Amino acid sequence: MMVETLCLVFLIFAIVGSLIAVETKNLLSAVISAGVVGYGLSIMFLYLGAPDIAITQVVVEVLALVVLIRGTIAVDNISIGGPRDTLPLFVALVFFGVFVVLGVIALGDMTGFGNPMMKVSEHYLLNSVKETGSSNVVMGILLDYRAYDTLGEATVLLTSILGAFVILRRQGKKEIAEKDYEHVGILEDE
Amino acid sequence: MSNKSKHQDGMSLISKTISSFMTALIALFGFYIAFYGHLTPGGGFAGGVIIAAAFILLTLSHSKKVSLKKFPDIIASLLDNFGALSFVALGLLGFLSGAFFMNFVQKGKAFTLLSSGTILLANIAIMIKVMAGLFAIFVGLSIFGRIVAEGEKGDMR
Repeated sequence: MMVETLCLVFLIFAIVGSLIAVETKNLLSAVISAGVVGYGLSIMFLYLGAPDIAITQVVVEVLALVVLIRGTIAVDNISIGGPRDTLPLFVALVFFGVFVVLGVIALGDMTGFGNPMMKVSEHYLLNSVKETGSSNVVMGILLDYRAYDTLGEATVLLTSILGAFVILRRQGKKEIAEKDYEHVGILEDE
Repeated sequence: MSNKSKHQDGMSLISKTISSFMTALIALFGFYIAFYGHLTPGGGFAGGVIIAAAFILLTLSHSKKVSLKKFPDIIASLLDNFGALSFVALGLLGFLSGAFFMNFVQKGKAFTLLSSGTILLANIAIMIKVMAGLFAIFVGLSIFGRIVAEGEKGDMR
């Protein structure tokens, strides 16, 4: 009961943070308040007894925040202006309503909190140390029982990094890159 | 390089001194998280991200030249591919003992570093891959942003 109340508090915290991120006019404060969602989630995972996911969440959140802030500072115009269209807002509200109704219907049929439908997790919990030798059951599942899923995850990461490298490096390779390094310092005064 | 430009690269002396201590400690913690992933919470992904964050701290506090001298982006790109390929190779080596991703290494005593066969090796492969890939993305993004900003300023003149 205590954990569920805490989760509720952090969920409201995350929703408020994302609302501020959408509504604020300054791009930098939008980026920082979007980070609230990730940190709230990581504290929730910590209280739910999932330290692996909490560590990954908080680490990725810090890195994404640094990269986003770095990208935001590099852009000169960091304030968002202009009127808002009504049609996209209306469509978004309609879809929000549809998803809320469908979600209430679907979540009503789920099993209770902490009672999973699949029984395979019991086998993992009982036999993981014996069968995989890994005392961290999460790692035993990720890299032994379900290593095929992890291979797919690694492939997604590799493909996205390759794509980012190809897109971000707009010009040819060696000479232009060296010329870029010469006049690109992170905080080079002008 | 002249003395004046050496002072201008990167942040102030205080951040440079602190971050050059902290970079090594952060990277060491990342290695710990990755290598002990099968015993304590963590794993290859989180450890790799932490090591990449150490290099990003070095880039932000010192200049890009310093961190690219320690970790060139071509090496990062190569290490990224090497990590992915070695993870697949681990899976394929499992065919030696029967199935894809079979745990073919002899398992040691439980709750020790070598207790879990291929899981440690897979964690190391993922750590190398994530570390190199995320640092490469950061380098690419920051170079790209600076070029765009300079182009816009040039247009305004």
